[in-house]
Amino acid sequence: MLDALLSALSLENLLLAFLGVIGGTIIGALPGLSATMAVAVLVPFTFTMDPSSGLIVLGAIYTGAIYGGAYSAILVNTPGTPAAIATSMDGFPMAKRGDGDLAVTLSCLGSVAGGIVGALALLFLAPPLSQIALSFGPVEYFWLAIFGLSLIATLSRGATLLGLIGGGIGLLLSCVGSAVVGGDVRYTFGLTSLLGGIPVIPALIGLYCVPVLIDMVIRPEAHLERRAEQMRGFRLTEALSLMWRSKFNVIRSAMIGTGVGIIPAAGGSVAGLVAYSEARRTAKTPEQFGKGAHDGVIASEASNSATVGGGFIPTLVLGIPGTPPDAIILGALLVQGIRTGPQLFTQQADIVFTFTFGLLIATLLMLPTGLIIGRYAYRLIVSVPKTALAPAIAFLTIVGSFAIEANTFHVLIMVSLGIIGWLLARIGIEASPIVLGLILGPIAEAGFVQGWLIGGAQGDRFGMFFGQPISLAIMALTVLTLASSGVFKRKTRLECST
Amino acid sequence: MTTAFAAVSLSLAASALHADDYPSKAIDYIIPYNPGGESDVTARFQEKFWSDVTGQDVVISYKPGAGGATAWSQLGGFDADGYTIMNVNFPHAILQPSIKDVGYQTGDVTPVYVFHYTPDAIVVRADSPYQTLQDLINFATENPGALTFGGSGTNSANHLAAVRFGQMADVKVTYVPFGGSAPAMAAVLGGQIGAGMTYTTQGVKAGDQVRVLAIATEERLDIFPDVPTFKELGFDYVAGAYRGVTVPAGTPDDVRNALSVVIAQINDIPEFQAQMQENGYVLVDVPNSEMGAWIAERQADYASGIETLKGN
Repeated sequence: MLDALLSALSLENLLLAFLGVIGGTIIGALPGLSATMAVAVLVPFTFTMDPSSGLIVLGAIYTGAIYGGAYSAILVNTPGTPAAIATSMDGFPMAKRGDGDLAVTLSCLGSVAGGIVGALALLFLAPPLSQIALSFGPVEYFWLAIFGLSLIATLSRGATLLGLIGGGIGLLLSCVGSAVVGGDVRYTFGLTSLLGGIPVIPALIGLYCVPVLIDMVIRPEAHLERRAEQMRGFRLTEALSLMWRSKFNVIRSAMIGTGVGIIPAAGGSVAGLVAYSEARRTAKTPEQFGKGAHDGVIASEASNSATVGGGFIPTLVLGIPGTPPDAIILGALLVQGIRTGPQLFTQQADIVFTFTFGLLIATLLMLPTGLIIGRYAYRLIVSVPKTALAPAIAFLTIVGSFAIEANTFHVLIMVSLGIIGWLLARIGIEASPIVLGLILGPIAEAGFVQGWLIGGAQGDRFGMFFGQPISLAIMALTVLTLASSGVFKRKTRLECST
Repeated sequence: MTTAFAAVSLSLAASALHADDYPSKAIDYIIPYNPGGESDVTARFQEKFWSDVTGQDVVISYKPGAGGATAWSQLGGFDADGYTIMNVNFPHAILQPSIKDVGYQTGDVTPVYVFHYTPDAIVVRADSPYQTLQDLINFATENPGALTFGGSGTNSANHLAAVRFGQMADVKVTYVPFGGSAPAMAAVLGGQIGAGMTYTTQGVKAGDQVRVLAIATEERLDIFPDVPTFKELGFDYVAGAYRGVTVPAGTPDDVRNALSVVIAQINDIPEFQAQMQENGYVLVDVPNSEMGAWIAERQADYASGIETLKGN
């Protein structure tokens, strides 16, 4: 292990980790350019590298990109990557009230803490933890998605009914295209471009970013207010003391992130939302959430960064990718001639440990780079006049939705959903429930149909859905979340919505 | 820079006429799936040798969706000059248009070379009670419909394989579609489904965690010396997912032949072959000249399975 540490600390590997983190952070900060894309673009360059160096640079860019998504979430209310959805919920309100610099610093500290927990889990506990991935079958995915949907009640800040309508719209959008399970072609209106469904990232950019842009143009006030005391450095001491006060939140969120990262197909967006909801449920002042609560930003960022290390656990131990970028990295490993599986940890342990230390180092490097890039990003957004900011962001939304698959149809989807999203926001239906429905709908549907088929084959559909411990635990958590959000109390709900 | 660009665009038309210098610039190689799957990995293997063979680069991009249909239905929209090529899979490109309107016909996809296949394989968890294929068939015979086969997608190669296996062995199995090979294998390893109807490549990836009961090749593979073929077990079954490279219809014949030669040359490189075989891929060589006959043969082979899938 010591050799591996020294090898990860070689000048070349340090430099690669450093460049990877910077590149990843910038890519992640631009809406539409996601971690998956950053990794895919980089893969061919790693073929000429030594396997562990190649892995380190891929891991570093991935870590950076997941973190970078926080900037646009906080400063423009647009998650740069799906993983940062929950970050925008309190990050942007913080920025609105003039605490954008603090939010950026908090997101950096949260990400570093989460990333370290994820990487340590990968380093010390990978083989046993990989079993979590296997204990999640179709039915568990179904209930996990239902739990995710129950977060709408938490997120809709009082107006539960409007939130549910938003979630319903998202679920309907998720039905478009040819169903993975069953192959039925739905709601494509004869357009072959819609066969593949509504693409998540263009939808995300449209629903979050276009309403912000329209508001920027039609409202006279500045996007973020510039105050005299604004340029007060990193506010690091303040952020550190907030982190210390929220240490349980940090640890819980990082553990949730690691766990969700291990479960294939869930990923950073689900992790961030689950941690956010748990932070809100256990908070002393849950009513602060959605209005700029520090703990919301910390929970989301600690959790989504922990999915990086967590996601590598099933990828390396079982050969089953934990998150979409892991799938690409797994492909790159095969091309490098590395065979994943339990034997990887015994036969090619040096590569695994060098890579894990590299990931840890990349996470630590995120502290200085994240703080500095974040400060510039913040200054840029508050100082650039709206007349320049709005066109620049509009341009990025188009580039971002086009770039994923070089598809102009995706730009069309982004713009149309954006306009619809703006209209819906005017009547109080926000972007988050819609996006939640869009992301979780397919997970719930596939899990349900698969569970139904398997249960039918075993002649026990009821036991399949209601008789297994993990499913029951997720159901209990769902009920708890709903109870704490107050949907069961008719009176409270009425008070909230008025 | 501008002049160089102009020169390249001008030479586009010329290169379509004179395939001698094909390829004279980088080629876009579109994968109709998400990165990390078999189509991506094999294209990445080719990428490593591409510039040695052609002197030019290949740029891989992804257009996933609807089991490949999203990309194949857009194939006709690209310039037919040989500089946009796409990965194509069979039986997918035959199955999909015969069952549903997916925006393209099998005839719209015009491959120039089919370079490998991933043989079908039945895979169970290492501690599964099924030691042999016969154990599995016995269970399925005694408990009709109770055996679950997990595979990637609906109306896909795995789905067709499950249907054809049911017909051959005269058993009723329940096919459970997943969103890809990886989640299907996760369900095999997690014990949520009885067996995986998947490819040899997945058996390699999972290593000791699984037992491969049978593979659909002509002969045993070096990587699985102890795994019998379906043929040995009395089933005349050689099948899998065949992958090739297609160009838009209307691409000139000399360009098609030139591209066919490039893929053939990569298939001949021992290092490439070794890498493919180690990972469970079986190389085949179907060049441009034989493509029409090969596709017709596949269509005949899949016909009865397709009828069953349509009836579902």
